[in-house]
Amino acid sequence: MFPFLKKEFLHILRDRRTLMILFGMPVAQVLLFGFVLNNEIKDAPIAVLDPAGDYASVTLTNKLVASGYFHIETRLGDAGAIEPEFRKGRIRMALVFPPDFGRALAHEGYATVQLIGDAGDPNTANALINYAQAIIADYQTAYNQGTGAPVGITASTRMQYNPEQKAVFNFVPGVMTMILMLIAAMMTSITLAREKELGTMEVLLVSPLRPIQILLGKTIPYLLLSMLNAVIVVLLGIFVFGMPMRGSVALLAAECFLYMFVSLALGIFISTRAKDQMTAMFFSALGLLMPTMLLSGFIFPRESMPWVLQKIGMAIPATWFNPIIKGIMIKGVGLEALATQTMVLGGMAVFLLALSLKNFKDRL
Amino acid sequence: MSPIIARDLTKTFGAFTAVDRLNLEVRQGEIFGFLGANGAGKTTALRMLTGLLKPSAGTAEVAGIDVSRHPNRVKQRIGYMSQKFSLYEDLTVRENIRLYGGIYGLKPAEIRVKTEQVLRELELTDLQNALARALPLGWKQKLAFSTAMLHDPAIVFLDEPTSGVDPLARRQFWELIYAAAGRGVTLMVTTHYMEEAEYCARVSIMADGRIAALDTPARLKARFGVGTMDEIFRAIRNA
Repeated sequence: MFPFLKKEFLHILRDRRTLMILFGMPVAQVLLFGFVLNNEIKDAPIAVLDPAGDYASVTLTNKLVASGYFHIETRLGDAGAIEPEFRKGRIRMALVFPPDFGRALAHEGYATVQLIGDAGDPNTANALINYAQAIIADYQTAYNQGTGAPVGITASTRMQYNPEQKAVFNFVPGVMTMILMLIAAMMTSITLAREKELGTMEVLLVSPLRPIQILLGKTIPYLLLSMLNAVIVVLLGIFVFGMPMRGSVALLAAECFLYMFVSLALGIFISTRAKDQMTAMFFSALGLLMPTMLLSGFIFPRESMPWVLQKIGMAIPATWFNPIIKGIMIKGVGLEALATQTMVLGGMAVFLLALSLKNFKDRL
Repeated sequence: MSPIIARDLTKTFGAFTAVDRLNLEVRQGEIFGFLGANGAGKTTALRMLTGLLKPSAGTAEVAGIDVSRHPNRVKQRIGYMSQKFSLYEDLTVRENIRLYGGIYGLKPAEIRVKTEQVLRELELTDLQNALARALPLGWKQKLAFSTAMLHDPAIVFLDEPTSGVDPLARRQFWELIYAAAGRGVTLMVTTHYMEEAEYCARVSIMADGRIAALDTPARLKARFGVGTMDEIFRAIRNA
C-alpha cells in the first residue's frame, strides 16, 4: 500500500498543473472572492441637481459625500441633463433637490428630495438608494435635535430604465457576455489545439493553405455559431423575461460581432500556447472564464473592488462589452455614447489578432 | 535536376544542434529511406524539407525551388503524410478525400473522378460513407497515403507512415509506395522498421544530426560486412 501511495504523491508533485490547481486555486479564489464578493459599494459617482443651494441642501449633500459611499461626479443645472449622464454611464445615481428645499423644511416642516437610480444594474441601484435613504434619515434626526418643531424629509425614489427592478436586466446581458466569450474563445482554442494534438495541423500546414486561411477556416464556423447563440439569448431575454430592446438591433449585432472577434482572437492566442486540448481548456476556463465572471463587473460592482482588481478588470473584454449591451438594450443609446468601449474592444481585436497570427507563424 | 536537394542544411534550437550540415540528393523516381534512432534529427530534417520549419543555415531545394524562400510554391508540388494519423476520424472516407482535394485546389469534377479512383483502388467503395475512425489502422494509412497523393505530386514525404501497423498491412502499404515510384514519383520515407529499409533504393542513416551512412542497402551491408540493416544500425549507434 505504501509504495502505491508514494507513487500518487510523486504524480502530483511532478505535475505542475495539478500542483497549481491544488494550491494556486484555493489561494487565488479566496483572495479574489474576499475582495470581489463585497457587495458594499464605495465611492459611486453621482450627479447633484440642487437649484436651492441653501444651507440645508448643501449640508445634506456634504453628508452624503462624507459617508464615503458617493462622490459627486457632476453638478447639473436642469433636470433634462440627468438622463444623458445616465446614458453615458457616467453616474450611478442622481440626487435632485426641489428649488425651495431649505425654505420648505424651515417653514412647512416638510420637504422632498428625489433619488434616481440607474436600474440597468438593479442591485447596485438598490444598494445606493438604500445608503442614501439611511443618510437622509440620519440628517433628519440630526436636524430635529436642533429645533423645536420636528421636520420630515421624504426621499422619493425612481428607478430609471427598470422601474420594476427586474434582475433579468442584469443577467441577460451578463449571460450573453459570458456565453459569447465561452463559446468563441474556448471552442476556438480547443478546436485548434485538437488539430495540433491529433497531428492534422501538421498536414494542414504542409498544404498550400496559408496560416490566415487556416485560422479563418477554423474560426468562422464558431463566429457564426456564437452569433446564433447571441440571437437566441437576446430573443429569450426579450420574449420570455421581458427585457427591453430600446436601441438599434443593427448596432447590437455589430457590437456582438466585434466582441466575438476579440474572443476568437483570444482563443487563437491561447491555442498557440497550448499543446493539447486539456491545456487549452484549462487556460480558457481559468484564464478567461473566472476573471470574466468575477472582475468584469456584471455580477460584482467594479466600484467596490480594490484598485488592482479594477485595473485588471480593464484588460478583460467583457468589462467593456457589458456596458455596451446594457446601454443598447436597456438605455437605448447609440454609438456616440459607446465610442470609448467600442474603440477599446476594436483595439483589443487588432492587437490580439496580430499577436496570435505572429505566434501562429512562429510556431511553424 | 534532382527533386530533393539539401545543402549544409542545419537546424539549431538554442545550444542544441538537431540537424548538422545535412547534405543529400534524392533522384527522380527513387524511394529514399531516411533512417535514424528517435531524436537523431530525421523529423527535424523532414520538417525543413517540407517548409514546416525554417532552417538555421543551409538550403533545401525541392522540385527545384528554394523551400525557405518560396514555401508556398513548394507546398503545391509535394505530398505529405505525417507520423500521426492525418485523416479526420469524424469525417467519412469520402469526406476526407474531398477535403484534401479541396485543400490542394482540385476542381470539383477532378475531385469526383479522383475520389472514385481512390475508392476503387483501395477497395473502399462499400465503406465510402463510413467514418474514418471505423477503419482498421492499416486501411487508414493507405487512405491517408492516397489523400496525400490526390493532387498528383511529383514528390512525397512520408514520416513513419507504417508505425504501429501490422506486418501484412505494412507490406500492402509498401506496394502502394512501389506503384507510386513506378509512376515516376520521388518518395522520401522515414521509418524505424529495419526490414523496410531493404525496400528502399537508397537509405541514409542519421545519428546525432548528421548522416552516418548513405548508400544502397546492399552496398551498405557489404561495407559494414554484415547481413542485415539492423546490424548496420547497431554498429552506427555504438560507434
